[in-house]
Amino acid sequence: MFKIVKKKELNPTVTLMEIEAPLVAKKAEPGQFIILRADAAGERIPLTIADFDRDKGTVTIIYQIVGATTKHLNSLNVGDSLTDFVGPLGQATHTEGLKKVAVVGGGVGCAIAYPVTKKLHNLGCEVHAIVGFRSKDLLILEDEFRAASNKLVIMSDDGSVGEKGLVTDALKKLIDSGEQYDEVIAIGPLVMMKFVAKLTKEYGIKTVVSMNPIMIDGTGMCGGCRLSVGGEMKFACVDGPDFDGHLVDFDEAMERASMYKDFEKHAYDAECNLFQKEVK
Amino acid sequence: MPNMSPKKNEMPTQAPDVRNKNFKEVALGYMPETAIDEAKRCLNCKHKPCVAGCPVKIHIPAFIEKMAQGDFEGAYEIIAQSSSLPAVCGRVCPQETQCEQKCVRGIKGEPVAIGRLERFAADYHNANCKTAPQKPESNGHKVAVIGSGPSGLTCAGDLAKAGYEVTVFEALHLAGGVLVYGIPEFRLPKAIVQKEIDTLKELGVTVETNVVIGKSTSIDELMESGFEAVFIGSGAGLPRFMGIPGENLKGVYSANEFLTRVNLMKAYKDEPSTPIMHASKVAVVGGGNVAMDAARCAKRLGAKDVYIVYRRSMEELPARAEEVEHAQEEGIIFKLLTNPTEILPDENRFVGGMKCVEMELGEPDASGRRRPVVKEGSEFVLDVDCVIMSIGTSPNPLIKSTTEGLAVHKWGGIIADEETGKTSREGVYAGGDAVTGAATVILAMGAGKDAAKAIDEYIQSKNKE
Ligand SMILES: Cc1cc2nc3c(=O)[nH]c(=O)nc-3n(C[C@H](O)[C@H](O)[C@H](O)COP(=O)(O)OP(=O)(O)OC[C@H]3O[C@@H](n4cnc5c(N)ncnc54)[C@H](O)[C@@H]3O)c2cc1C
Ligand SMILES: Cc1cc2nc3c(=O)[nH]c(=O)nc-3n(C[C@H](O)[C@H](O)[C@H](O)COP(=O)(O)OP(=O)(O)OC[C@H]3O[C@@H](n4cnc5c(N)ncnc54)[C@H](O)[C@@H]3O)c2cc1C
Ligand code: SF4
Ligand code: SF4
Ligand code: FES
Ligand SMILES: [Mg+2]
Repeated sequence: MFKIVKKKELNPTVTLMEIEAPLVAKKAEPGQFIILRADAAGERIPLTIADFDRDKGTVTIIYQIVGATTKHLNSLNVGDSLTDFVGPLGQATHTEGLKKVAVVGGGVGCAIAYPVTKKLHNLGCEVHAIVGFRSKDLLILEDEFRAASNKLVIMSDDGSVGEKGLVTDALKKLIDSGEQYDEVIAIGPLVMMKFVAKLTKEYGIKTVVSMNPIMIDGTGMCGGCRLSVGGEMKFACVDGPDFDGHLVDFDEAMERASMYKDFEKHAYDAECNLFQKEVK
Repeated sequence: MPNMSPKKNEMPTQAPDVRNKNFKEVALGYMPETAIDEAKRCLNCKHKPCVAGCPVKIHIPAFIEKMAQGDFEGAYEIIAQSSSLPAVCGRVCPQETQCEQKCVRGIKGEPVAIGRLERFAADYHNANCKTAPQKPESNGHKVAVIGSGPSGLTCAGDLAKAGYEVTVFEALHLAGGVLVYGIPEFRLPKAIVQKEIDTLKELGVTVETNVVIGKSTSIDELMESGFEAVFIGSGAGLPRFMGIPGENLKGVYSANEFLTRVNLMKAYKDEPSTPIMHASKVAVVGGGNVAMDAARCAKRLGAKDVYIVYRRSMEELPARAEEVEHAQEEGIIFKLLTNPTEILPDENRFVGGMKCVEMELGEPDASGRRRPVVKEGSEFVLDVDCVIMSIGTSPNPLIKSTTEGLAVHKWGGIIADEETGKTSREGVYAGGDAVTGAATVILAMGAGKDAAKAIDEYIQSKNKE
């Protein structure tokens, strides 16, 4: 069992949890993820390792409540335990030799973008972070990003925090102003990554995206997480989750992510009902 | 006087149109009288040709003789000398190409139902034997086993019985390997596998789930931390796809994914937490046991039409004869000599159909099987809304890439000595599908057994020096 040692609401839909998982903490690197089951009847869901503490033997996850399982996870509290927590899975993000990088995060994707931002910063790389949210109340990890970057640009859809506009607008502006990046790392909703990759392709800047297809085992056994990258079939859980953004077939990935929409809506409603019953 | 009936005693089963709607076991098992009657068909041949057909050399006539006398526990004890998973093997061994193929009764009629008798003895033992196995005295030596499929479980069990302190590391949240995530409940009830794992635990084996060797930790680290030997039983690996257009459409699964959702994640239950598509017309591409299982699961989930699409003919179908028969009875439609060329989308980018060509058998190829060739102008579209690819696997590179000096074949399988499972790394042994590619439960079990013996000898001799 894997004990929850800290729980913190970052915004109304995004929560941080620190979990006791010494074996995972020992090996974790930015870019990798875990798979958890909250309880013995639950589904397996992948979440990125947002932070880790090798001495304490803990791993931090940050999740957005989007459906039945994340809602159920969020009903647990400090002192409760998760039944299963396996990792670190996937390949760590490559950071070797990078001197200047723009990290682009969107929404909860910022949680995934944060650990690599921190690592690059600690390695002495110049990091510009561009983070985007729908509105001010959804902003997360502002202080953390500020501390781990040389420049932080906050964007919001409605202009309630930072500048009004898209992360791609901010990235374009920085590139046009003469900033020369070795690499752009983009992590967020598929559409966002698609348009960041489209933009950087025009400028010929290498771009890494973190893909999050539907997974089950996370060990390369089921093939459910497959993607088309440069016309080849790749399994995100073992070959990724990072891929060359200029080669990924985003449209196909978006299609595949929606495969179980009807089921998921039903499961979410059922979880909400259960929740209401318990509250009563 | 032996029972000279030319036919096996029939196995009672759930009626086909009942069972294809539930996940309960299909074959119900012999009654004691039937078992005795069937056992009496054995001639107790001097040359025991049947034994040569069994990969782990169970003393078949000896155990059957006990059965004929009604001494089922005695029969079990004889089987247990050679096999650690008789309740499993009795159910899933391809008997018609192994023990039963060699049975002399098969020359002029049907062979003795060796598998069914083995299953009976094992089930009898499991139902009636209440004494927990004694935990052997520890010899202080530690061995690690990677993977909890039949090869790993067997290796762990044998070593534990010899006094070793064994830890099994399993990547998934549940132990059992393919026996729990692949082979469905209606063919191999999960309780049987669980019982085997409980027995191991009683023998003192530690089972650590949620540990991926090559990620969570490595073989070298295991050795450094005091494990004197390691057995790799990590299974067959990544699913293969055909490389035809449309394979990433919504509604295309690998058999591994489909079966994992159904079996391991219980997607067949009411209100499951893991989703699965409830398709109405399903094509399963392939002809092995895996394909039969996927097809029969799809049917049970409510599909109206389920096709097995296989490019050769009935004779070449690699699945167990019993599964093919059961699948046919359950209404699975066999589209033989048929090969898919493209999966077509519907307007929502789900599967809308599968383009196929008809094949005919040409000259035999290197494997001796006649090579299927495309029939000119035979293209047609099969009306389906779900496609399950079941065309094999290729080895998972995870352990190889994190274990320096571990030699593998060009195709990725671990190179291991056939008799001992010894690999190119000292103290590291391997067996089962990770070595052979997708094979059978009994072969994996046999490999685990051989490796346990070799590991014991290795550690003994090392500590004598
Ligand atoms: C490598 C990886 C890292 C991820 N990291 C994070 C993270 O740090 N924080 C975070 O909030 N989310 C992360 N996700 C996404 C997260 O796994 C899903 O949001 C979660 O599984 C949704 O589960 P649910 O039951 O609550 O929602 P559901 O209603 O079941 O699903 C909502 C949507 O989430 C996606 N999803 C559903 N099931 C899965 C699954 N088994 N695997 C992957 N995606 C699924 C689908 O696109 C689906 O439409 C990551 C995904 C991957 C693959
Ligand atoms: C659907 C299906 C039906 C089948 N039907 C039959 C049948 O009727 N009769 C028959 O004889 N055979 C059948 N087989 C084949 C048979 O199941 C296999 O040959 C057998 O299970 C192989 O055993 P194994 O111990 O080598 O590996 P597996 O059973 O594959 O077990 C390997 C285990 O290792 C774990 N693992 C892998 N990598 C790691 C890692 N890095 N770290 C930790 N753990 C790891 C896996 O999660 C898995 O649990 C079938 C197979 C399938 C898929
Ligand atoms: S283990 Fe398999 S091959 Fe051997 S006797 Fe039993 S059923 Fe036959
Ligand atoms: S070959 Fe058949 S009849 Fe002869 S001993 Fe074996 S099982 Fe009995
Ligand atoms: S999640 Fe199953 S292969 Fe990647
Ligand atoms: Mg879900």
